[in-house]
Amino acid sequence: MPVSSAADGTPVWRRTTRRRALLAWFAWLMLVALVVAAWNEMTRDTIWAFVWDAPGQAADIGTRMLPPRWSYAGELLRPLWDTLAIATLGTLLALPIAVPVAVLAARNTTPSATLVRPLALLIIVASRSINSLIWALLLVTVLGPGVLAGIVAIALRSVGFMGKLIYEAIEEIDPAPVEAMQATGASALQVMDYGIVPQVMPAFAGITVFRWDINIRESAVVGLVGAGGIGLSLEASLNTLAWSQVSLILLVILATVLVSEWVSAKVRHAII
Amino acid sequence: MAVATSYPDRWRRPPFVARAWLRWVLYGGAVLYLVVAVGSVEVNWARLAEGLQRGARLLAGFMTPDFSSRWGDIVQGMRESLTMTVTSTVAGILLAIPVGIGAARNLAPLPVYLVCRAVVALSRTFHEVIVAILFVAMVGFGPFAGFLTLTVATIGFIAKLLAEDIEDIDPGPVEAIRATGGSWLQLVDWAVRPQVMPRLIGLSLYRLDINFRESAVVGIVGAGGIGATLNTALDRYEYGSAAAILILIIAVVMAAEYGSGLVRRRIQ
Repeated sequence: MPVSSAADGTPVWRRTTRRRALLAWFAWLMLVALVVAAWNEMTRDTIWAFVWDAPGQAADIGTRMLPPRWSYAGELLRPLWDTLAIATLGTLLALPIAVPVAVLAARNTTPSATLVRPLALLIIVASRSINSLIWALLLVTVLGPGVLAGIVAIALRSVGFMGKLIYEAIEEIDPAPVEAMQATGASALQVMDYGIVPQVMPAFAGITVFRWDINIRESAVVGLVGAGGIGLSLEASLNTLAWSQVSLILLVILATVLVSEWVSAKVRHAII
Repeated sequence: MAVATSYPDRWRRPPFVARAWLRWVLYGGAVLYLVVAVGSVEVNWARLAEGLQRGARLLAGFMTPDFSSRWGDIVQGMRESLTMTVTSTVAGILLAIPVGIGAARNLAPLPVYLVCRAVVALSRTFHEVIVAILFVAMVGFGPFAGFLTLTVATIGFIAKLLAEDIEDIDPGPVEAIRATGGSWLQLVDWAVRPQVMPRLIGLSLYRLDINFRESAVVGIVGAGGIGATLNTALDRYEYGSAAAILILIIAVVMAAEYGSGLVRRRIQ
């Protein structure tokens, strides 16, 4: 127990040793220095007059947003349908890519831990590092603006997320059923079908619904770069400074997100 | 009395959805929705054919990434992204700690709890990009809007997970401190802090990763950072530069993920 002595020789209890306290203090100092340096660098070109003006701007935008233009709701039905289609079809399109990648990446099912596994992990990392919106940006230049670019963007981003969670689920399975299947002389495919699939199925369904829920949020914004859905209406309303339409769109997105969260929670609760 | 019950002599695996009618309704509904949804996707085949050529050019750009011609812009964008990431993570965590403590039912009274939970829910509702649009409208273009966006997102994320962590702590030390007559602040400092600190550090490092990834996106709507540079490069059809930027983003994310994984393993 770290103890130091007072001047008259009585021992005093301390939380840590002096050396550790010094080290911690130094680490905090470095962190503060880093943050101050970063702050100075970041705000070098900031025009503070605009920042101090922000509450006024916020109040101004607030008054323009209220009340929402309810009559615009009819024009949002089709974009909303497209947004749901982007999220759902994007998630479904990601599945046939994510599952094989996950099988190749899991230590207990990969055919080669030195050759194939790093490649599968690279696919997962590359897909995860690039945000859906950036995928959408790229795909809009390649496929042209529209729902299709959104679907592919959502799918490409989901591959990494689902692949990672599925391969972790595969690695955590109980090896006994797999060995039992092998002992009966089952082929590799049969082992997978009866030994592995039933064990990862609940996790797999949960992951899919979870990602679908996230994809609803993401598909609402991919339209900002031209990839279809309600984001397109948002972009159009922002460009024309139609703030009363913006607030209505934000309300619609909020409602959609809440509903999808509720659905996903219900489904995951039913599965697990 | 003979009961004529014939048991099946072959094993069948149980269906995924137990109730038969629910199974058919679910499967039927899913297929119907899929057919209608796929049918509603409008595909412009002429544009797609043209796109193949562009895709090939994009891929060619990836094979020969062009770091040099826009190097100044890339450095500027990266600098904005990295400084934005650091400052917003720190500011977000500093603000998230009181909110997180307030959102833990075992430490806060009901009114405080409800207010803090509302703050958490509010900051998690909207996608970062939508928040960024609003901040750009308020404080103007540039990394400061990105900083505010990422700070808000960090508060919701850290406060929610911290609150759940505090609610899960071992109540023994808390009772021990209470029994000694310690004040509420002493309780937090000596009973709660040692229990949640390792996980808080882990979460903070994880959030640092996420904030960098998000900082690459908020630039698309004008909130500064590498995303703005990427958007410009794509608008100018400079696929070589765009590929260089993407490679740099992936490299930084991988380095950050590896580094934070290393630190987290040492702490936990």
